[in-house]
Amino acid sequence: MLEARIPSGPIEQQWDKCRSEMKLVNPANRRKHSIIVVGAGLAGAAAAATLGQQGYHVHCFSYHDTPRRAHSIAAQGGINAAKNYRNDGDSIVRLFHDTVKGGDFRAREANVYRLAQISVNIIDQCVAQGVPFAREYGGLLDTRSFGGVQVQRTFYARGQTGQQLLLGAYQALEEQVAAGTVTMHIRSELLDVVIVNGRARGIVTRDLVTGHIDCHAADVVVLATGGYSNVFYLSTNAKASNCTAIWRAHRRGALCGNPCFTQIHPTCIPLSSEHQSKLTLMSESLRNDGRVWVPKKKGETRAAKDIPENERDYYLESRYPSFGNLVPRDVASRNAKEVCDEGRGVGPHGQGVYLDFAEAIHRLGLETVREKYGNLFDIYQRITGEDAYTVPMRIYPAPHYTMGGLWVDYHLMSTIPGLFVGGEANFSDHGANRLGASALMQGLADGYFILPYTVPDYLASTALDPVDVSHAAFTATKAEVKERIEALVAVKGKRSPDSFHRELGKMMWDHCGMARSDAGLRKALARIPELREEFWHNLRIVGGDDELNQTLEKANRISDFLELAELMCRDALDRTESCGGHFRVESHTPEGEAQRDDAHFSYTAAWEWQGSGQAPALHKEPLTFEYVPLSQRSYK
Amino acid sequence: MHLTLRIWRQQSAPVPGRFITYQVQDVTPDMSFLEMLDALNEDLLSREEPPVAFEHDCREGICGSCGFLINGVAHGGQRGTTVCQLSMRFFKEGDSLTLEPWRARAFPVIRDLIVNRSAFDRILQAGGFISAPTGSAPDANAILVPKEAADTAFDAAACIGCGACVAACPNAAAMLFTSAKITHLNSLPQGQPQRDQRTLSMVVAMANEGFGSCTNHGECEAVCPKEIPLEFIGKMNRDLMRAVWRRHREPLVIPGIVQHPLHEDAGTEEGRS
Repeated sequence: MLEARIPSGPIEQQWDKCRSEMKLVNPANRRKHSIIVVGAGLAGAAAAATLGQQGYHVHCFSYHDTPRRAHSIAAQGGINAAKNYRNDGDSIVRLFHDTVKGGDFRAREANVYRLAQISVNIIDQCVAQGVPFAREYGGLLDTRSFGGVQVQRTFYARGQTGQQLLLGAYQALEEQVAAGTVTMHIRSELLDVVIVNGRARGIVTRDLVTGHIDCHAADVVVLATGGYSNVFYLSTNAKASNCTAIWRAHRRGALCGNPCFTQIHPTCIPLSSEHQSKLTLMSESLRNDGRVWVPKKKGETRAAKDIPENERDYYLESRYPSFGNLVPRDVASRNAKEVCDEGRGVGPHGQGVYLDFAEAIHRLGLETVREKYGNLFDIYQRITGEDAYTVPMRIYPAPHYTMGGLWVDYHLMSTIPGLFVGGEANFSDHGANRLGASALMQGLADGYFILPYTVPDYLASTALDPVDVSHAAFTATKAEVKERIEALVAVKGKRSPDSFHRELGKMMWDHCGMARSDAGLRKALARIPELREEFWHNLRIVGGDDELNQTLEKANRISDFLELAELMCRDALDRTESCGGHFRVESHTPEGEAQRDDAHFSYTAAWEWQGSGQAPALHKEPLTFEYVPLSQRSYK
Repeated sequence: MHLTLRIWRQQSAPVPGRFITYQVQDVTPDMSFLEMLDALNEDLLSREEPPVAFEHDCREGICGSCGFLINGVAHGGQRGTTVCQLSMRFFKEGDSLTLEPWRARAFPVIRDLIVNRSAFDRILQAGGFISAPTGSAPDANAILVPKEAADTAFDAAACIGCGACVAACPNAAAMLFTSAKITHLNSLPQGQPQRDQRTLSMVVAMANEGFGSCTNHGECEAVCPKEIPLEFIGKMNRDLMRAVWRRHREPLVIPGIVQHPLHEDAGTEEGRS
């Protein structure tokens, strides 16, 4: 069932070999092919623009009012590339090693190597588009270091790298819209994928303004719909980020890879009130200059400035002398949780650790710190009312990214032929933990440089019957979609969608968050179906399905989170080892680090939907490590 | 704290809207403005009344989705802040606030506080890009960009496309938005080959969308959550003059404007050609 289609031969030649063997579509024939791209973030916009440039007819869908709103825009820190402009020992091989190791050996080597190779082209492409990366005075590109690595390979645009990269892709996309190769469908949300003769041939969408349910047919469908951290309700994701597209595709037969692999980001602003609607990230780049510490004493009540140096525990620096504050995210998060669980957390609820810039300001001067991180300090000030130039920031981990997603082969095609998945939506290249500044790299690699090769190869090598929206499969899928939407409106119960979402999120955070136990996961697995049952009997939506109805949009997305959450817990329960961000309390080294079990779990778990109320079927893609020898990760 | 909110309610574009007054209790200073509206919406839902529709997404001030007028001020009046980042610390007990959508002919209301800002996308489509088809780029460091140019480009590229500048302008001009994109791309060496065409096309697109013109009120700069400076409009006008001058072999009329029926002075344009 799981044919990963990894090319044979030495790893450094695999992608070239794969590309040279691909079938091509004659330029004159390209416009006869239609391609649906769902999502217009980094991966989606880049793929749609590039396929448009090649001459295909692309239909790109976004639930936002414009592609520039996609959540890629909020990425702060930077994008990795193995340029070695710093002459500090970086190389494609080194980036490949770092990423495989950073992912705790749960990613596919061939994919990661390709990602490292392509990383250098991405920077070239973005600079050519006019992305205003940080520069040295000589006019050359500046780079900085990021967590989990020992070279400076991260390119950045102040603290708004995601914004600038997305605007680059968005501008390329709008150019193609003007050229007529791409048709943009805004305020249009995917509600199902249409399968004809075993192949993805279209989608069903809801117009978010009129409520119309529409069918769209094409030769191939690409999903680039992002991650599902909002299953935790409180996360750093944008409010609308959801799992609906990948979940509906999963229900149509696309396998879901490693759904329990989620990243809890160590540097977020701690929760302050019960009304809080989301958590805000403070870029990991802050760890370059900020020092993380907590008081040595439990239940400390003095203000940070009154705690003398010898009563502070710079726990990352002392536990991990070679990486210090720049350990990978999973390690930093877990350590923060530990010291807080010991009762040494700071701030109103004891759920926070200090990130202190006093030493950096002393060393670099206030102005340099302001120039590097000013916008982040401003965000912090707005939210907390505190001035981080004078008192240390307080940070705490928060759900941020999902390494899991739809399983894809080397061509980024899911188990449904003709359904490709790019960016965070696929299970991809990060294994069990993503390194900082690698999400932008992967989204753009998929969008600019992989899908524009593999999608045409599929078109050229597949005999596709002409299909339009009058086909019975479209009529049937549309009827199912309509029925589900109408069912949500018809419940007419008492609880708001948000109240269900908060309850689900809290349960997932407690039992499927930073630490996962057999007992906790079983508890969640017992409770989620009950909550889902209540949702479908006690949900309240005001207004109809034939108008702009944000409550209905939310409820629809939550209905899918309620199903995905169960699969995440099942996957987490099944994987009794710890790896990367997946920490099973039963499996740790004597020092408390994640203890992998390579003998039993060196595989990607790919789950197959078996129908509502049925246990999903587990398929395994074995992972072998020929180039990066398996080892216990150590950042000491 | 307790607040009185007068909110513009409009079910859809063709239906006339009106203000409805709501009382909001138990607002705490650590809430954001949108979290206060979330609480109002939960309350409305519990009373089976339709919640207030407003756009928002990242709630970090970067996606540009959110924005409405609070007591006539776009994004609520805290400098350099989108409404999603506006804290309730900024308000006091008993405040009475009027919330209404961006008001501009080019931004028709869709529902309640939501407007259609697609005109911005169309301005971008006219030339807000550097043509660099994927795969054609030279090595990134082959293009030297002086730090100053990169910094100016970044300052301009920080625009989030929220539309506050248009809402604040008495003429509903989109010049701050358009000039930000033009300044971003025209400041960079990569942007030079298309500089003139870009400037001309975007300025024309802006006029065709029904936005007004700048008369130097500076309201746009005052409300811009990214503090895009007014001087970029001056830069755009200089680039426009440059473009018109350098394209002197072609008619000096900017194509498109002449035909526009909304311009009273359309007739006088003829004389310039």
